[in-house]
Amino acid sequence: MASTHKQPNYIGVFWWLLVLTILEVGVIFLPMARFLIAILLVGMALTKASLVAMYYMHLKFERTTLGLIAVTPLLLCVLLVFALLPDHSATPHLTGAGPTTTTAPSSH
Amino acid sequence: MSEVIALHPGVDPAESPLTPESWGKLGMWIFLAADAMSFGALLAGYGALRFGSGDWPVPSQVLGVGLTAFMTFLLISSSVTMVLALAAIQRGDMTGLKKFLALTVLGGLMFLGMQAYEWTHLIERGLSLSGNPFGASLFGTTFFIITGFHGAHVTGGVIYLSSYLVQGLLGRLHQGDANQIEIAALYWHFGDLVWILVFTFVYLI
Repeated sequence: MASTHKQPNYIGVFWWLLVLTILEVGVIFLPMARFLIAILLVGMALTKASLVAMYYMHLKFERTTLGLIAVTPLLLCVLLVFALLPDHSATPHLTGAGPTTTTAPSSH
Repeated sequence: MSEVIALHPGVDPAESPLTPESWGKLGMWIFLAADAMSFGALLAGYGALRFGSGDWPVPSQVLGVGLTAFMTFLLISSSVTMVLALAAIQRGDMTGLKKFLALTVLGGLMFLGMQAYEWTHLIERGLSLSGNPFGASLFGTTFFIITGFHGAHVTGGVIYLSSYLVQGLLGRLHQGDANQIEIAALYWHFGDLVWILVFTFVYLI
């Protein structure tokens, strides 16, 4: 229960969020492969989102079942991303099978 | 029901063991889970369209990362003032509640003002729901839909929290209403959490 647990260090969490935000903005200017930068950015974003959920939304102090309710949409979204992956492999410019621009279908 | 009482002896039989202090909190969490799937679908769709496009612009070269980084700072700060408002009402400090609620609302209003400025600037440069002078037209479509959907949530949050601020100023809020503030705080923090992801996926990657 949020009202009976020891109050977390809210200001400490704020500093972590601020530092991670500054790091995120700095990372995009690093001379690295964009794929690696994307992995770093996603990792930092998920860390920040987890800090907000666990401490500001008090999920760390709630019952596990409430945590499961919170995690369910995340799992479904991961499934959705995998469900959309075949669309990428069917894209002509990514497979090298066609031109880089698509043409609008002709009207009838 | 008797099994529930046996498993959770400290729980009122009329309450769910999920949220023994509040059905409202359970309701808000279920709403937020559904809302998270809306945002998740938008971001997953954004990813599919972006990686399926050959001329998607690099967002940081088109969008103002500095301004949005400051907007992120504002929302993070407003989350801190929101938890401090909750802590204040939980210990019966109504002056602290009003002060921190007012700061939270102010943070939300500043965020919305900056978003309006950003949108105006981008529209003047030619970006629209159906057009993008920097590359793929769907860049503009996805940008305005995702940030607009989030902005609508922040607008709702500002109205939601303002209603409690007005009640507080009129002296109608008491320590026993802390649960209502906690439920409103969940909504506000969710807007912050979603922006953290939007900032990363739409502006930085």
